[in-house]
Amino acid sequence: MELIYDGSMDSRLFKDILGKTIRELSEQDSDFIYLDADLMSCIGTGAWACENPDRGINCGISESNMIGVACGLAATGFKPMVHTFGPFASRRVFDQVFLSAGYAKNDITVIGTDPGVTATFNGGTHMPFEDVALYRTIPTATVIDITDVPMLISVLKQCKDLPGVKYIRVGRKNAAKMFADGTETPIGPAITLREGKDIAIFACGIMVHEAMQAANKLAEQGIDAAVVNFFTIKPLDAEAVKKYARQCGNVVVAENHSRIGGLYSAVCETLARENTAKIDVVAVNDEYGEVGPQDYLQKRFGLTAEHIVETAQALLK
Amino acid sequence: MDATLKKGLERFALEIRIGVLEQMKARGFGHVGGSLSITDALAVLYGSQMRVDPKNPCWAERDKLVCSKGHAGPAVYAALALKGYFPYEMLKTLNQPGTSLPSHCDRNKTPGVDMTTGSLGQGTSLACGMALGEKLRGHDARVFLVVGDGEANEGQVWEALMFAAAKKLSNLVLLLDVNGKQLDGCTKDILDTLDLHAKVEAFGFDTVSIDGNDIELVYNALERTRQGGDKPYAIVLNTVKGKGIAAVEQAKSNHSMAVSTDQWNEWLLSLTAQLD
Ligand SMILES: Cc1ncc(C[n+]2csc(CCOP(=O)(O)OP(=O)(O)O)c2C)c(N)n1
Repeated sequence: MELIYDGSMDSRLFKDILGKTIRELSEQDSDFIYLDADLMSCIGTGAWACENPDRGINCGISESNMIGVACGLAATGFKPMVHTFGPFASRRVFDQVFLSAGYAKNDITVIGTDPGVTATFNGGTHMPFEDVALYRTIPTATVIDITDVPMLISVLKQCKDLPGVKYIRVGRKNAAKMFADGTETPIGPAITLREGKDIAIFACGIMVHEAMQAANKLAEQGIDAAVVNFFTIKPLDAEAVKKYARQCGNVVVAENHSRIGGLYSAVCETLARENTAKIDVVAVNDEYGEVGPQDYLQKRFGLTAEHIVETAQALLK
Repeated sequence: MDATLKKGLERFALEIRIGVLEQMKARGFGHVGGSLSITDALAVLYGSQMRVDPKNPCWAERDKLVCSKGHAGPAVYAALALKGYFPYEMLKTLNQPGTSLPSHCDRNKTPGVDMTTGSLGQGTSLACGMALGEKLRGHDARVFLVVGDGEANEGQVWEALMFAAAKKLSNLVLLLDVNGKQLDGCTKDILDTLDLHAKVEAFGFDTVSIDGNDIELVYNALERTRQGGDKPYAIVLNTVKGKGIAAVEQAKSNHSMAVSTDQWNEWLLSLTAQLD
């Protein structure tokens, strides 16, 4: 696994990669089928779906129905992948996902775009800080927060054939470059991006970039921080959690999500009986989202490298 | 319809369109298509139908508007600013950090906005609850509900319509903005809703269909809804997405548009020229 992180941004947009990968998966596997709820133009699949109406199904603005239809398709042997914005892919359809997919064992992959503050100008109604929390409660579900382009491609390919309910949260804009093109990121194991002994930063999604920046700043102060990418929030790599908790004795969890129910909760649940480390969190407080540009929102909700640095310093005091 | 009133409402509609574009020019982009299609109906509502008091936006017995297609917020904001709910200058803060004017309607942020919407479909049930509430309280206030034709894909819309008819909510007026388009394209290509007039009527609404960009027709249709009775009212507004700016009307994708300041200015000029 080749790490190419230097803090620079990838020029490629997640939305284009999503559209391209969905088209490729369809070419590779005739059982693959993609459904959307009037948001094809947001990930560049509209023209392709028009030409392939048997594999790209626009369900209109009816997310709950879309999940049910996808589950029915799964029952007839298809491998459905559905897309809508994060809040509609989670809250809006939660019961359908829980029962028609999870409980009834109809395997589907759900992509929720614009997680957390990446919903920017769509504002509070479109800004899910709770999608991970909801999906984590579905027995045996897979929950993933994407960091970069190679990871998105790798995860989409794996999810197509993975059993159960799979939820992928990913933005539509670009992100910092993390791994070399072609890198496979097997679902499950956490990825150590940087070794360290004083403090471990556990991060996922857009917060991995912030965590790497924070680690650089901490290094300038003589603090040796490990950074571990927990892109698979469920099933959580409990061994990695425990290992770094023991190794560093201090853990900061950073996530673009509510501090209730997400990666921080998962880590705390894992470490509750361990008593090995002091833990703190950089995440959204018990609050609703609001409208604005992403840099403003990251400051407003406390999701920057500076917040990680401050939290780490306070832990180490 | 009185000629002076008609002229006044047409001018109000034009001013709302200008206000919509001013907001989008300030931010550079916005939901222009669906804001402009519903503008004429909003002009008639706020200009002649709704019993409201801009100085007292929380007056309990006021008429209420639920813009369930919440992304048309900018059209509602322009109407409210022109009515004096808040300073016109505030329109320039659309979607800016800390704003009171988010892209989707928010009752906790904007004076005069009666309900929070943005997740399509949800406003329909909220409006039913409000109409029922007014009845139970013995108020004669009415509730106006704006729904998009794409939004009508949502099952919740039809649950709400069934409820409204069953509970005889004659103080509810549904305005269905049939502009023939949704986000990904034409409604008939995405998920064909077929005959919405027939469907709404079959769900138990007193229903009429009109050109929803014709002030006089909208006015007459709304006047009709004052008769009470035991059915909720529906007006199917056949509209044009982006109405009023030829280039926006014709654009293939006009749901949300990002154009240059020069372009917004040019469109604004074409509207202000009509102010006489
Ligand atoms: C539940 C939900 N799903 C999806 C969206 C994203 N979205 C916003 S507007 C829109 C299209 C709306 O079409 P329509 O109701 O016809 O509105 P109009 O064309 O009048 O703007 C979509 C899909 C949303 N806001 N809410």
